[in-house]
Amino acid sequence: MKDWRFHLAEQRGTLMALAIFVAMFALYVANHPAGFTANVVQTAANKGVLLALVAMAQTLVVLTSGIDLSVGMIFILCNCVASYVVSGSAVATALGITAVIAVGALCGAINAAIVIFGRLQPIVTTIATGAVYFGTALWIRPFPGSSAEFNSVLADALTGKIFDLVPASIVVLLGVVVLVWLPFQGSVLGRAVYAVGSSEQAAYMSGMPIRRAKFAAYVLGGMLAASGGLFLTFFTYSGEASVANGNTYTLYSIAAVVLGGVSLFGGRGSAIGAIFGALAFRAIGDLLFVFNVDPLWQPLFQGLVLLVAVSIGSARLFQVRNRLELFG
Amino acid sequence: MEGLVPLFRMEGVSKRYGGVRALQNADLEVKAGRVHAILGENGAGKSTLIKVMSGVVAPDEGRMRLDGREVNFPNPAAANAAGIVCIFQELSLVPDLSVADNIVASNPPGRFGLIDRRAQRRIAEAALARAGGQDIHPLALVKDLPLSRRQMIEIARALTRTPRLLILDEATSALAAADVTRVFDVLKRLKVEGIALLYISHRMHEIAELADDCSVFRNGRRIATYQAGTKSDNEVVEMMIGREYSHAFPPKQAAAATTAPPVLEVRNLSWTPRLNHISFGVRAGEVVGLGGLDGQGQRELLLALFGVLRGIGGQILIDGKPVSIASPRAAKAKSLGMALIPEDRKTEGLMLQMSVRDNLSFATLSELAHAGIIDRDAEHDAVAEMIALLGIRTDGVLAPAGSLSGGNQQKLVIAKWLMRKPRIILLNDPTRGIDVGTKQEFYQLLRKLADAGTAIVLYSTDYDELIGCCDTVLVLYDGTVKRSLRGAEITEHALISLALNIDTTAGAAPRPAAAGA
Repeated sequence: MKDWRFHLAEQRGTLMALAIFVAMFALYVANHPAGFTANVVQTAANKGVLLALVAMAQTLVVLTSGIDLSVGMIFILCNCVASYVVSGSAVATALGITAVIAVGALCGAINAAIVIFGRLQPIVTTIATGAVYFGTALWIRPFPGSSAEFNSVLADALTGKIFDLVPASIVVLLGVVVLVWLPFQGSVLGRAVYAVGSSEQAAYMSGMPIRRAKFAAYVLGGMLAASGGLFLTFFTYSGEASVANGNTYTLYSIAAVVLGGVSLFGGRGSAIGAIFGALAFRAIGDLLFVFNVDPLWQPLFQGLVLLVAVSIGSARLFQVRNRLELFG
Repeated sequence: MEGLVPLFRMEGVSKRYGGVRALQNADLEVKAGRVHAILGENGAGKSTLIKVMSGVVAPDEGRMRLDGREVNFPNPAAANAAGIVCIFQELSLVPDLSVADNIVASNPPGRFGLIDRRAQRRIAEAALARAGGQDIHPLALVKDLPLSRRQMIEIARALTRTPRLLILDEATSALAAADVTRVFDVLKRLKVEGIALLYISHRMHEIAELADDCSVFRNGRRIATYQAGTKSDNEVVEMMIGREYSHAFPPKQAAAATTAPPVLEVRNLSWTPRLNHISFGVRAGEVVGLGGLDGQGQRELLLALFGVLRGIGGQILIDGKPVSIASPRAAKAKSLGMALIPEDRKTEGLMLQMSVRDNLSFATLSELAHAGIIDRDAEHDAVAEMIALLGIRTDGVLAPAGSLSGGNQQKLVIAKWLMRKPRIILLNDPTRGIDVGTKQEFYQLLRKLADAGTAIVLYSTDYDELIGCCDTVLVLYDGTVKRSLRGAEITEHALISLALNIDTTAGAAPRPAAAGA
């Protein structure tokens, strides 16, 4: 076989997610009363980027064949922290942003420590820590609000448009992909993350740094969820410890990851796929609005479209001629 | 000329697993530039010995010295760093990563933690070429490759780690003869380069060809060490099993009723492109072997018969009536009465965490149950009968299947299907990685089943086994039956030349007769 066929096979999940996103987004803008304008794209981008960042966080943990049910709560906690510390002068704001990311990293590190050293299953661990993170958020921000000196200039810049055309949030997301995800995927640790998810035993026998890899996956995941929390703050100018919001983001991040072609068994997929999965999922959710249907139908419709989309991804199973491959 | 200090030395090493003493006060010396073979039955302590040497498990007591200096390996990476590299029997490749990713896994090329993909590709290609696996594409995913290719990758990978002591644990068990030859050439070259090799294999003729020194282990102790070629096969096997070595193969039934209609008949079976127009029949009491190089469609043929493959052309007849077998569940039904002993007992044969009892009764549950409730007494009796019949050594019926030795696990898989009293048994390389003693028991059992009227199809990568066990052997080549050999026609010479698709009459030199023959 030629090299490009192997590369194509590797990217199949991502390309599928891209295709679904393009189809859904095209359908959305085609029926939007305002059409394909910079404002429509900006609004869609801002909503999509929030979920995309959380879905990237989820991807890292899922790649290790774990699952992070605290990811939405880290997102909410960081939103609440940011509503206090992202304020004042440029220097103070920069320090504040660093602190928010550090909180996300700490949350990820706690998850990782319990999973790696406590040897608890990720699903159990993150249900518990998620509740703790949410409790902390509620404690520091019992009522929605923000600091008096909240840096709304930065917030407006990052949720606005560059040259009145390109949504700034998409540029930031692109930056995260280029500066964080791609180097990570090409690193020794990144490869070890895939190896651990594929077969932890084989990875260990191969002398790969499996503990460090898992730790890195959770910590980096926490930092990405924190970036999401920051963006939520830039959007809303405030922090709110909303349990519904946290849970929604956790579940949607899993949907986005699946839609993005990341295997829930671990070891396969890409955060880029998850980004397209997140954007596609958002587009699906917004479709009903442009068709003027009662918003009460949204969850039902979103669920159905998700089912169909995921089924397309597994349609190849009908072509499997050796039934043993159905279980691989 | 070896130095006075052996490259590696182990003294008084012991290891217990629960109540089982896997190693007892074991010692061993391995010299540079020599191939040291370790022989012993399964459960003799060979696997534990290797695991201790390569840092997978820590010994309870004892010392290890490398170049005369005491060493301790907390993990496999530390042993690798010291130059002790092991190719494990349980393959240690990551399925979702590419061949190249796996080859450089422990020490990828690059800087600042970033992997240089081009350098990685070069290293992988060089390593594959060195091991004789040029046909493997470095970008292919490991999980898409057959077992024999994976084993070549394991060997290639070990070579990239610049070993000083290379341990091969049944490293050739899944390889076809042509690959074994290539691997042996590599090993002989390594030996000349001054690398020490520790070689573990159940294939006696491989040991005869390769080894300089041999050590025999039994019950966790080293029984003897001798220079290769100074003991007869019979003596060696006696040391290994501690009992007389009788004829390896039970006599075949002289008159496997050749006029009776076949129980299982296959006409023009195809599964393009892997199987093409295969026809044969198996009578009651007959053992039909499938020969040929590894990966010529033997596995697919068995899976096709057992209803695992979709889109099959041709006809399958049982008792002369055409049947369509939609799934393993249909194949095992009383009306067809088939059983398949799968190739990979760990994934397709057993649920390792579940108990011996549960594993044994899986295939028979519907017969053991009344109105959906399992009859515990009937199950207990059936399970006890099977354990006694096959002589399965286990710590009770509630022990997890994973705690049994390899040979006993394989017996478990066979017993599970025998419980159904099948009329047709399909076996997929059932003796891979199994010790001599268990193999013998297995051959006796096979013949007993045949004599009782069972129709048997046996795929084996071991030519001796095909010669010793089968009434007929179909040699497969590229998905077609090259020739069907009967009775005295089944010789090593014929099997090898047909497997390589060489005309028998052109005469490839026969290999020296193998162990126990």
